[in-house]
Amino acid sequence: MIQATDIYALALHHRFQWEEAQQSHVILFPEGMIKLHGGAGEVIKRVNGKATVGEIVAELKAAFPDAEDIENDILGMFDLALSKGWLRKVS
Amino acid sequence: MTQVNNGVASNVTKTQPLWLLAEITYRCPMHCAFCYNPTDYDKHTKNELSTEEWVSALREARKMGAIQLGISGGEPLLRDDIEEIVAEAHKLGYYSNLITSGVGLTEKRIQAFREAGLDHIQLSMHDITEEINNFITNTKTFQLKQKVAAMIKGHGYPMVLNVVIHRYNIEHIGQILEMAEALGADYVELANTQYYGWSLVNRSQLMPTREQLQEAERVTNVFRDRVGSKMKVFFVVPDYYNDRPKKCMNGWGEVFMIITANGDVLPCHSARSLPGLAFPNVRENGLEWAWNESPAFNKYRGTEWMKEPCRSCDEKEKDLGGCRCQSYLLAGDAEAADPVCTKSPHRHLIDEAIADAQNPQLREQPIIFRNDKNSKKYVEGDKERIEQFHALP
Ligand code: SF4
Ligand code: SF4
Repeated sequence: MIQATDIYALALHHRFQWEEAQQSHVILFPEGMIKLHGGAGEVIKRVNGKATVGEIVAELKAAFPDAEDIENDILGMFDLALSKGWLRKVS
Repeated sequence: MTQVNNGVASNVTKTQPLWLLAEITYRCPMHCAFCYNPTDYDKHTKNELSTEEWVSALREARKMGAIQLGISGGEPLLRDDIEEIVAEAHKLGYYSNLITSGVGLTEKRIQAFREAGLDHIQLSMHDITEEINNFITNTKTFQLKQKVAAMIKGHGYPMVLNVVIHRYNIEHIGQILEMAEALGADYVELANTQYYGWSLVNRSQLMPTREQLQEAERVTNVFRDRVGSKMKVFFVVPDYYNDRPKKCMNGWGEVFMIITANGDVLPCHSARSLPGLAFPNVRENGLEWAWNESPAFNKYRGTEWMKEPCRSCDEKEKDLGGCRCQSYLLAGDAEAADPVCTKSPHRHLIDEAIADAQNPQLREQPIIFRNDKNSKKYVEGDKERIEQFHALP
Protein backbone atom coordinates (compact mmCIF):
# COMPACT_ATOMS: atom_id res chain seq x y z
CA MET A 1 0.00 0.00 0.00
CA ILE A 2 1.18 3.49 -0.80
CA GLN A 3 1.41 5.71 2.28
CA ALA A 4 1.33 9.50 2.30
CA THR A 5 4.69 9.51 4.07
CA ASP A 6 6.42 7.25 1.52
CA ILE A 7 9.24 8.66 -0.53
CA TYR A 8 10.07 7.30 -3.97
CA ALA A 9 12.71 7.83 -6.59
CA LEU A 10 13.11 6.66 -10.15
CA ALA A 11 14.44 3.09 -10.29
CA LEU A 12 18.12 2.61 -10.98
CA HIS A 13 19.10 2.94 -14.62
CA HIS A 14 15.82 4.63 -15.48
CA ARG A 15 15.65 8.09 -16.90
CA PHE A 16 12.73 10.49 -17.11
CA GLN A 17 12.61 13.30 -19.63
CA TRP A 18 10.41 15.50 -21.74
CA GLU A 19 10.37 14.50 -25.40
CA GLU A 20 9.70 17.44 -27.67
CA ALA A 21 9.10 15.25 -30.72
CA GLN A 22 6.48 13.17 -28.92
CA GLN A 23 5.06 16.06 -26.91
CA SER A 24 5.09 13.93 -23.82
CA HIS A 25 7.20 12.74 -20.91
CA VAL A 26 8.95 9.40 -21.24
CA ILE A 27 10.73 6.94 -18.97
CA LEU A 28 13.75 5.30 -20.55
CA PHE A 29 15.48 2.11 -19.50
CA PRO A 30 17.47 -0.67 -21.16
CA GLU A 31 15.54 -1.94 -24.17
CA GLY A 32 12.45 0.06 -23.36
CA MET A 33 10.58 3.29 -23.27
CA ILE A 34 7.28 4.26 -21.69
CA LYS A 35 5.36 7.21 -22.97
CA LEU A 36 3.50 8.97 -20.18
CA HIS A 37 0.35 10.81 -21.06
CA GLY A 38 -0.41 14.18 -19.51
CA GLY A 39 -1.25 13.54 -15.88
CA ALA A 40 1.05 10.52 -15.51
CA GLY A 41 4.01 12.65 -16.56
CA GLU A 42 3.04 15.33 -14.04
CA VAL A 43 3.19 12.76 -11.24
CA ILE A 44 6.50 11.17 -12.18
CA LYS A 45 8.06 14.57 -12.77
CA ARG A 46 7.68 15.28 -9.05
CA VAL A 47 9.15 11.99 -7.87
CA ASN A 48 12.67 12.97 -6.86
CA GLY A 49 13.73 10.92 -3.86
CA LYS A 50 12.83 13.78 -1.52
CA ALA A 51 9.15 14.67 -1.78
CA THR A 52 6.67 12.44 0.04
CA VAL A 53 3.63 11.08 -1.70
CA GLY A 54 1.50 13.40 0.45
CA GLU A 55 3.47 16.42 -0.67
CA ILE A 56 3.18 15.42 -4.32
CA VAL A 57 -0.58 15.01 -3.97
CA ALA A 58 -0.88 18.42 -2.34
CA GLU A 59 1.25 20.04 -5.00
CA LEU A 60 -0.77 18.52 -7.84
CA LYS A 61 -4.05 19.50 -6.22
CA ALA A 62 -2.82 23.05 -6.09
CA ALA A 63 -1.56 22.93 -9.66
CA PHE A 64 -4.77 21.42 -11.05
CA PRO A 65 -7.57 22.76 -8.86
CA ASP A 66 -10.27 21.80 -11.36
CA ALA A 67 -9.35 18.13 -11.65
CA GLU A 68 -11.79 15.88 -9.82
CA ASP A 69 -10.74 12.98 -7.63
CA ILE A 70 -7.16 13.66 -8.51
CA GLU A 71 -5.83 11.93 -5.40
CA ASN A 72 -7.01 8.51 -6.49
CA ASP A 73 -5.49 8.99 -9.93
CA ILE A 74 -2.16 9.91 -8.42
CA LEU A 75 -2.11 6.96 -6.05
CA GLY A 76 -3.11 4.72 -8.95
CA MET A 77 -0.16 6.03 -10.92
CA PHE A 78 2.22 5.28 -8.05
CA ASP A 79 0.81 1.77 -7.84
CA LEU A 80 1.29 1.18 -11.52
CA ALA A 81 4.80 2.65 -11.61
CA LEU A 82 5.87 0.52 -8.67
CA SER A 83 4.44 -2.67 -10.08
CA LYS A 84 6.24 -2.00 -13.36
CA GLY A 85 9.51 -1.37 -11.56
CA TRP A 86 9.90 2.24 -12.72
CA LEU A 87 10.17 3.52 -9.15
CA ARG A 88 11.99 2.41 -6.06
CA LYS A 89 11.16 3.19 -2.48
CA VAL A 90 13.61 5.47 -0.73
CA SER A 91 11.89 5.55 2.67
CA MET B 1 18.76 12.67 -56.00
CA THR B 2 17.22 10.94 -58.94
CA GLN B 3 14.67 8.85 -57.13
CA VAL B 4 11.15 10.11 -56.87
CA ASN B 5 8.46 8.79 -54.64
CA ASN B 6 7.13 5.74 -56.37
CA GLY B 7 3.60 6.68 -55.43
CA VAL B 8 2.92 3.69 -53.22
CA ALA B 9 0.19 5.05 -51.02
CA SER B 10 0.94 4.80 -47.39
CA ASN B 11 -1.99 4.48 -45.03
CA VAL B 12 0.18 5.07 -41.99
CA THR B 13 -0.25 8.59 -40.79
CA LYS B 14 2.14 8.91 -37.89
CA THR B 15 5.51 7.25 -37.96
CA GLN B 16 8.56 8.27 -36.00
CA PRO B 17 12.02 6.68 -35.81
CA LEU B 18 12.09 6.38 -32.02
CA TRP B 19 14.61 3.56 -32.11
CA LEU B 20 17.83 4.18 -33.93
CA LEU B 21 20.33 1.42 -34.48
CA ALA B 22 23.81 2.41 -35.60
CA GLU B 23 25.48 -0.61 -37.20
CA ILE B 24 28.67 1.28 -36.95
CA THR B 25 31.08 -1.21 -38.47
CA TYR B 26 30.82 -4.67 -39.97
CA ARG B 27 34.29 -5.58 -38.86
CA CYS B 28 34.17 -8.12 -36.08
CA PRO B 29 36.67 -10.31 -34.26
CA MET B 30 33.93 -12.89 -33.65
CA HIS B 31 32.70 -15.35 -36.26
CA CYS B 32 29.29 -16.33 -34.93
CA ALA B 33 27.46 -19.02 -36.84
CA PHE B 34 24.13 -17.27 -36.16
CA CYS B 35 25.18 -13.73 -37.06
CA TYR B 36 22.35 -11.88 -38.81
CA ASN B 37 24.72 -9.54 -40.61
CA PRO B 38 24.45 -9.78 -44.37
CA THR B 39 26.51 -12.66 -45.76
CA ASP B 40 28.06 -10.20 -48.20
CA TYR B 41 29.02 -7.76 -45.42
CA ASP B 42 32.55 -7.73 -46.72
CA LYS B 43 31.57 -5.26 -49.40
CA HIS B 44 30.32 -2.85 -46.72
CA THR B 45 33.48 -2.85 -44.64
CA LYS B 46 35.13 -0.13 -46.68
CA ASN B 47 33.71 3.33 -46.86
CA GLU B 48 32.57 3.56 -43.22
CA LEU B 49 30.99 6.81 -42.08
CA SER B 50 33.40 9.13 -40.30
CA THR B 51 32.98 10.42 -36.76
CA GLU B 52 31.63 13.73 -38.07
CA GLU B 53 29.16 11.96 -40.31
CA TRP B 54 27.87 9.93 -37.37
CA VAL B 55 27.57 13.02 -35.22
CA SER B 56 25.53 14.85 -37.80
CA ALA B 57 23.35 11.79 -38.41
CA LEU B 58 22.68 11.55 -34.67
CA ARG B 59 21.67 15.20 -34.59
CA GLU B 60 19.31 14.86 -37.48
CA ALA B 61 17.71 11.68 -36.14
CA ARG B 62 17.25 13.22 -32.73
CA LYS B 63 15.28 16.09 -34.27
CA MET B 64 13.05 13.53 -35.91
CA GLY B 65 12.31 11.99 -32.52
CA ALA B 66 14.93 9.23 -32.17
CA ILE B 67 15.61 8.55 -28.52
CA GLN B 68 16.73 4.97 -27.94
CA LEU B 69 20.11 4.55 -29.56
CA GLY B 70 21.82 1.20 -30.05
CA ILE B 71 25.43 1.21 -31.16
CA SER B 72 26.16 -2.15 -32.69
CA GLY B 73 27.96 -3.84 -35.54
CA GLY B 74 30.01 -5.99 -36.16
CA GLU B 75 31.94 -5.13 -33.06
CA PRO B 76 31.59 -1.39 -32.41
CA LEU B 77 34.68 -1.37 -30.19
CA LEU B 78 36.84 -1.88 -33.24
CA ARG B 79 36.29 1.82 -33.87
CA ASP B 80 38.26 4.12 -31.63
CA ASP B 81 35.77 7.00 -31.82
CA ILE B 82 32.89 5.36 -29.95
CA GLU B 83 33.70 7.54 -26.92
CA GLU B 84 33.18 10.69 -28.98
CA ILE B 85 30.01 9.41 -30.56
CA VAL B 86 28.59 8.41 -27.19
CA ALA B 87 29.41 11.81 -25.71
CA GLU B 88 27.53 13.51 -28.50
CA ALA B 89 24.59 11.12 -28.11
CA HIS B 90 24.43 11.96 -24.43
CA LYS B 91 24.45 15.70 -25.10
CA LEU B 92 21.60 15.25 -27.53
CA GLY B 93 19.50 13.44 -24.93
CA TYR B 94 19.62 9.90 -26.32
CA TYR B 95 19.37 6.87 -24.07
CA SER B 96 22.35 5.02 -25.44
CA ASN B 97 23.30 1.38 -25.47
CA LEU B 98 26.53 -0.22 -26.60
CA ILE B 99 25.92 -3.69 -28.00
CA THR B 100 29.16 -5.61 -27.78
CA SER B 101 30.81 -9.00 -27.74
CA GLY B 102 33.10 -7.59 -25.05
CA VAL B 103 36.20 -7.96 -27.18
CA GLY B 104 38.12 -4.71 -26.85
CA LEU B 105 36.39 -3.47 -23.71
CA THR B 106 39.08 -2.30 -21.29
CA GLU B 107 38.96 -0.52 -17.93
CA LYS B 108 40.12 2.61 -19.66
CA ARG B 109 37.42 2.54 -22.29
CA ILE B 110 34.59 1.69 -19.95
CA GLN B 111 35.67 4.57 -17.70
CA ALA B 112 35.59 6.86 -20.71
CA PHE B 113 32.10 5.62 -21.66
CA ARG B 114 30.90 6.30 -18.16
CA GLU B 115 32.22 9.83 -18.30
CA ALA B 116 30.79 10.37 -21.77
CA GLY B 117 27.33 9.40 -20.50
CA LEU B 118 26.72 5.99 -22.07
CA ASP B 119 23.59 4.58 -20.41
CA HIS B 120 24.13 0.87 -20.69
CA ILE B 121 26.10 -1.93 -22.22
CA GLN B 122 24.59 -5.06 -23.65
CA LEU B 123 26.97 -7.98 -23.61
CA SER B 124 26.48 -11.09 -25.69
CA MET B 125 27.05 -14.36 -23.88
CA HIS B 126 26.85 -17.78 -25.47
CA ASP B 127 26.92 -20.57 -22.99
CA ILE B 128 28.06 -21.80 -19.65
CA THR B 129 30.64 -24.01 -21.21
CA GLU B 130 33.86 -22.76 -22.63
CA GLU B 131 33.59 -25.40 -25.29
CA ILE B 132 30.33 -24.21 -26.81
CA ASN B 133 31.13 -20.53 -26.46
CA ASN B 134 34.31 -21.03 -28.37
CA PHE B 135 32.77 -23.36 -30.90
CA ILE B 136 29.77 -21.27 -31.92
CA THR B 137 31.73 -18.00 -32.09
CA ASN B 138 34.73 -19.69 -33.64
CA THR B 139 36.94 -17.82 -31.15
CA LYS B 140 38.48 -18.30 -27.72
CA THR B 141 36.54 -15.74 -25.78
CA PHE B 142 34.90 -17.54 -22.89
CA GLN B 143 37.13 -16.23 -20.10
CA LEU B 144 37.08 -12.78 -21.57
CA LYS B 145 33.30 -12.57 -21.42
CA GLN B 146 33.27 -13.46 -17.74
CA LYS B 147 35.84 -10.75 -17.08
CA VAL B 148 33.97 -8.14 -19.09
CA ALA B 149 30.70 -8.93 -17.30
CA ALA B 150 32.37 -8.20 -13.97
CA MET B 151 33.83 -5.00 -15.35
CA ILE B 152 30.42 -3.77 -16.51
CA LYS B 153 28.93 -4.43 -13.11
CA GLY B 154 31.93 -2.89 -11.37
CA HIS B 155 31.35 0.39 -13.15
CA GLY B 156 27.79 0.62 -11.93
CA TYR B 157 26.19 -0.23 -15.25
CA PRO B 158 23.04 -2.29 -15.42
CA MET B 159 24.02 -5.68 -16.69
CA VAL B 160 22.15 -6.57 -19.82
CA LEU B 161 23.02 -9.96 -21.25
CA ASN B 162 21.94 -11.17 -24.61
CA VAL B 163 22.13 -14.88 -25.32
CA VAL B 164 21.32 -16.15 -28.78
CA ILE B 165 19.66 -19.52 -28.42
CA HIS B 166 20.17 -22.41 -30.83
CA ARG B 167 20.39 -26.15 -30.76
CA TYR B 168 23.82 -26.18 -29.13
CA ASN B 169 22.88 -24.23 -26.03
CA ILE B 170 19.11 -24.52 -25.69
CA GLU B 171 19.36 -27.38 -23.24
CA HIS B 172 21.61 -25.29 -21.00
CA ILE B 173 19.14 -22.45 -20.54
CA GLY B 174 18.67 -23.25 -16.86
CA GLN B 175 22.40 -23.05 -16.20
CA ILE B 176 22.78 -20.00 -18.41
CA LEU B 177 20.17 -18.21 -16.32
CA GLU B 178 21.94 -19.26 -13.14
CA MET B 179 25.20 -17.93 -14.50
CA ALA B 180 23.46 -14.65 -15.34
CA GLU B 181 22.12 -14.47 -11.81
CA ALA B 182 25.56 -15.12 -10.34
CA LEU B 183 27.00 -12.35 -12.51
CA GLY B 184 24.33 -9.99 -11.17
CA ALA B 185 22.48 -9.51 -14.43
CA ASP B 186 19.55 -7.09 -14.41
CA TYR B 187 18.16 -8.02 -17.81
CA VAL B 188 18.61 -11.19 -19.78
CA GLU B 189 17.41 -11.60 -23.30
CA LEU B 190 17.17 -15.19 -24.49
CA ALA B 191 16.88 -14.58 -28.17
CA ASN B 192 16.06 -17.62 -30.23
CA THR B 193 17.93 -17.48 -33.49
CA GLN B 194 16.07 -15.81 -36.31
CA TYR B 195 17.10 -17.08 -39.68
CA TYR B 196 18.68 -14.31 -41.75
CA GLY B 197 22.18 -13.77 -43.04
CA TRP B 198 24.60 -16.33 -41.64
CA SER B 199 22.03 -18.07 -39.49
CA LEU B 200 19.91 -18.80 -42.56
CA VAL B 201 22.88 -20.45 -44.20
CA ASN B 202 23.36 -22.56 -41.07
CA ARG B 203 19.70 -23.10 -40.35
CA SER B 204 19.61 -26.87 -40.38
CA GLN B 205 22.55 -26.96 -38.00
CA LEU B 206 21.15 -24.39 -35.57
CA MET B 207 17.43 -25.01 -35.27
CA PRO B 208 16.27 -26.71 -32.09
CA THR B 209 13.39 -29.16 -31.99
CA ARG B 210 9.92 -28.26 -30.78
CA GLU B 211 10.44 -30.39 -27.67
CA GLN B 212 13.69 -28.61 -26.84
CA LEU B 213 11.95 -25.30 -27.23
CA GLN B 214 9.02 -26.20 -24.99
CA GLU B 215 11.38 -27.43 -22.33
CA ALA B 216 13.42 -24.22 -22.56
CA GLU B 217 10.31 -22.11 -22.06
CA ARG B 218 9.28 -24.18 -19.08
CA VAL B 219 12.70 -23.84 -17.45
CA THR B 220 12.66 -20.10 -18.10
CA ASN B 221 9.28 -19.72 -16.43
CA VAL B 222 10.38 -21.67 -13.37
CA PHE B 223 13.41 -19.42 -13.11
CA ARG B 224 11.29 -16.28 -13.49
CA ASP B 225 9.02 -17.37 -10.67
CA ARG B 226 11.99 -17.91 -8.42
CA VAL B 227 13.88 -14.65 -8.99
CA GLY B 228 10.82 -12.41 -9.28
CA SER B 229 11.43 -8.80 -10.25
CA LYS B 230 15.14 -8.64 -9.47
CA MET B 231 15.99 -9.86 -12.95
CA LYS B 232 13.94 -9.34 -16.08
CA VAL B 233 14.07 -12.27 -18.45
CA PHE B 234 12.86 -11.89 -22.01
CA PHE B 235 12.32 -14.99 -24.06
CA VAL B 236 12.19 -14.18 -27.75
CA VAL B 237 10.36 -17.07 -29.39
CA PRO B 238 11.52 -18.43 -32.71
CA ASP B 239 8.83 -17.74 -35.25
CA TYR B 240 9.21 -21.01 -37.16
CA TYR B 241 7.38 -22.82 -34.38
CA ASN B 242 4.50 -20.36 -34.33
CA ASP B 243 1.53 -20.33 -36.65
CA ARG B 244 1.45 -16.55 -37.04
CA PRO B 245 4.42 -14.41 -38.00
CA LYS B 246 5.98 -11.71 -35.86
CA LYS B 247 5.09 -8.08 -36.47
CA CYS B 248 8.51 -7.52 -37.87
CA MET B 249 10.29 -4.40 -36.54
CA ASN B 250 6.90 -3.35 -35.21
CA GLY B 251 6.00 -2.42 -38.75
CA TRP B 252 8.12 -1.39 -41.71
CA GLY B 253 9.26 2.22 -41.25
CA GLU B 254 7.06 2.83 -38.22
CA VAL B 255 9.40 3.24 -35.24
CA PHE B 256 12.71 1.67 -36.18
CA MET B 257 15.54 3.05 -38.28
CA ILE B 258 18.95 1.55 -38.95
CA ILE B 259 21.97 3.36 -40.24
CA THR B 260 24.64 0.99 -41.45
CA ALA B 261 28.41 1.34 -41.45
CA ASN B 262 28.48 2.79 -44.95
CA GLY B 263 25.50 5.09 -44.35
CA ASP B 264 22.65 3.08 -45.85
CA VAL B 265 19.38 3.82 -44.09
CA LEU B 266 17.21 0.75 -43.55
CA PRO B 267 13.88 -0.13 -41.95
CA CYS B 268 15.25 -3.50 -40.77
CA HIS B 269 18.52 -5.41 -40.48
CA SER B 270 18.25 -7.50 -43.56
CA ALA B 271 16.29 -5.17 -45.87
CA ARG B 272 19.18 -5.04 -48.32
CA SER B 273 18.50 -8.66 -49.18
CA LEU B 274 15.30 -7.55 -50.94
CA PRO B 275 15.59 -7.17 -54.71
CA GLY B 276 14.78 -4.04 -56.64
CA LEU B 277 14.76 -1.66 -53.69
CA ALA B 278 17.22 1.23 -53.64
CA PHE B 279 17.84 2.19 -50.04
CA PRO B 280 18.67 5.80 -49.24
CA ASN B 281 22.09 6.72 -47.93
CA VAL B 282 22.63 9.32 -45.26
CA ARG B 283 25.51 10.82 -47.24
CA GLU B 284 23.36 11.54 -50.25
CA ASN B 285 19.83 12.02 -49.06
CA GLY B 286 19.79 12.85 -45.38
CA LEU B 287 17.58 11.10 -42.85
CA GLU B 288 14.50 13.25 -43.10
CA TRP B 289 14.08 12.37 -46.75
CA ALA B 290 15.05 8.76 -46.17
CA TRP B 291 12.38 8.26 -43.54
CA ASN B 292 9.57 10.35 -44.93
CA GLU B 293 9.99 10.41 -48.68
CA SER B 294 12.16 7.58 -49.89
CA PRO B 295 10.35 4.98 -51.99
CA ALA B 296 12.04 2.20 -50.02
CA PHE B 297 10.66 3.34 -46.66
CA ASN B 298 7.19 3.90 -48.09
CA LYS B 299 7.03 0.70 -50.02
CA TYR B 300 5.82 -1.60 -47.22
CA ARG B 301 4.37 0.89 -44.77
CA GLY B 302 0.90 0.01 -43.61
CA THR B 303 -1.20 -2.57 -45.46
CA GLU B 304 -1.81 -1.10 -48.93
CA TRP B 305 0.92 -3.15 -50.58
CA MET B 306 -0.51 -6.48 -49.51
CA LYS B 307 -1.60 -9.37 -51.68
CA GLU B 308 -3.84 -12.25 -50.74
CA PRO B 309 -4.15 -13.91 -48.29
CA CYS B 310 -3.03 -10.88 -46.25
CA ARG B 311 -5.11 -8.28 -48.06
CA SER B 312 -8.45 -9.64 -46.91
CA CYS B 313 -7.18 -11.14 -43.65
CA ASP B 314 -8.84 -9.89 -40.49
CA GLU B 315 -5.54 -10.19 -38.59
CA LYS B 316 -3.54 -7.97 -40.90
CA GLU B 317 -3.21 -5.07 -38.47
CA LYS B 318 -1.84 -7.45 -35.86
CA ASP B 319 1.23 -8.69 -37.73
CA LEU B 320 1.24 -6.57 -40.91
CA GLY B 321 1.87 -9.71 -42.88
CA GLY B 322 5.06 -10.59 -40.99
CA CYS B 323 8.54 -10.08 -42.32
CA ARG B 324 9.19 -8.95 -45.91
CA CYS B 325 12.71 -10.34 -45.90
CA GLN B 326 11.55 -13.73 -44.70
CA SER B 327 8.89 -13.82 -47.42
CA TYR B 328 11.47 -13.02 -50.05
CA LEU B 329 14.25 -15.23 -48.74
CA LEU B 330 11.98 -18.25 -48.45
CA ALA B 331 9.11 -17.77 -50.89
CA GLY B 332 10.90 -15.59 -53.43
CA ASP B 333 8.28 -12.83 -53.17
CA ALA B 334 8.62 -9.97 -50.71
CA GLU B 335 4.92 -9.21 -50.95
CA ALA B 336 3.75 -12.71 -50.14
CA ALA B 337 2.47 -13.51 -46.66
CA ASP B 338 5.28 -14.47 -44.30
CA PRO B 339 5.64 -18.25 -44.84
CA VAL B 340 5.45 -18.76 -41.09
CA CYS B 341 1.72 -18.02 -41.31
CA THR B 342 -0.44 -21.12 -41.64
CA LYS B 343 -2.66 -19.15 -44.02
CA SER B 344 0.31 -18.75 -46.36
CA PRO B 345 0.52 -21.08 -49.37
CA HIS B 346 4.24 -21.31 -48.58
CA ARG B 347 3.93 -22.63 -45.03
CA HIS B 348 5.28 -25.97 -46.25
CA LEU B 349 8.69 -24.29 -46.65
CA ILE B 350 8.82 -23.73 -42.90
CA ASP B 351 7.68 -27.25 -42.14
CA GLU B 352 10.33 -28.56 -44.50
CA ALA B 353 12.97 -26.46 -42.77
CA ILE B 354 11.89 -27.91 -39.44
CA ALA B 355 12.09 -31.39 -40.93
CA ASP B 356 15.51 -30.63 -42.45
CA ALA B 357 16.78 -29.65 -39.03
CA GLN B 358 15.93 -33.17 -37.83
CA ASN B 359 17.56 -34.78 -40.84
CA PRO B 360 20.82 -36.23 -39.60
CA GLN B 361 22.57 -35.65 -42.92
CA LEU B 362 21.73 -31.96 -43.06
CA ARG B 363 22.08 -31.23 -39.38
CA GLU B 364 25.61 -32.60 -39.33
CA GLN B 365 26.81 -30.45 -42.24
CA PRO B 366 29.73 -28.25 -41.32
CA ILE B 367 28.76 -24.81 -40.10
CA ILE B 368 29.77 -21.89 -42.27
CA PHE B 369 31.23 -19.34 -39.88
CA ARG B 370 30.90 -15.63 -40.41
CA ASN B 371 34.32 -14.46 -41.53
CA ASP B 372 35.83 -12.35 -44.26
CA LYS B 373 36.86 -15.30 -46.37
CA ASN B 374 33.39 -16.80 -46.43
CA SER B 375 31.82 -13.39 -46.95
CA LYS B 376 34.01 -12.68 -49.98
CA LYS B 377 32.66 -15.87 -51.47
CA TYR B 378 29.13 -14.58 -51.04
CA VAL B 379 30.02 -11.24 -52.57
CA GLU B 380 31.33 -13.04 -55.62
CA GLY B 381 28.27 -15.24 -55.66
CA ASP B 382 28.72 -18.64 -54.16
CA LYS B 383 25.99 -20.16 -56.27
CA GLU B 384 25.82 -23.65 -54.85
CA ARG B 385 25.16 -22.28 -51.42
CA ILE B 386 23.10 -19.23 -52.13
CA GLU B 387 20.59 -20.80 -54.44
CA GLN B 388 19.31 -23.31 -52.01
CA PHE B 389 18.32 -20.52 -49.64
CA HIS B 390 17.16 -17.84 -52.01
CA ALA B 391 14.36 -19.67 -53.70
CA LEU B 392 14.34 -17.17 -56.54
CA PRO B 393 11.27 -17.12 -58.73
S1 SF4 C 1 26.78 -11.99 -34.08
FE1 SF4 C 1 28.92 -12.47 -33.62
S2 SF4 C 1 29.98 -12.29 -35.59
FE2 SF4 C 1 27.99 -11.26 -35.83
S3 SF4 C 1 28.42 -9.12 -35.38
FE3 SF4 C 1 27.74 -10.07 -33.46
S4 SF4 C 1 29.65 -10.72 -32.45
FE4 SF4 C 1 30.16 -10.30 -34.59
S1 SF4 D 1 -2.51 -14.02 -43.81
FE1 SF4 D 1 -1.04 -12.34 -43.71
S2 SF4 D 1 -2.00 -10.79 -42.43
FE2 SF4 D 1 -3.15 -12.70 -42.11
S3 SF4 D 1 -2.21 -13.61 -40.29
FE3 SF4 D 1 -1.16 -14.48 -42.09
S4 SF4 D 1 0.62 -13.13 -42.43
FE4 SF4 D 1 -0.79 -12.04 -41.04
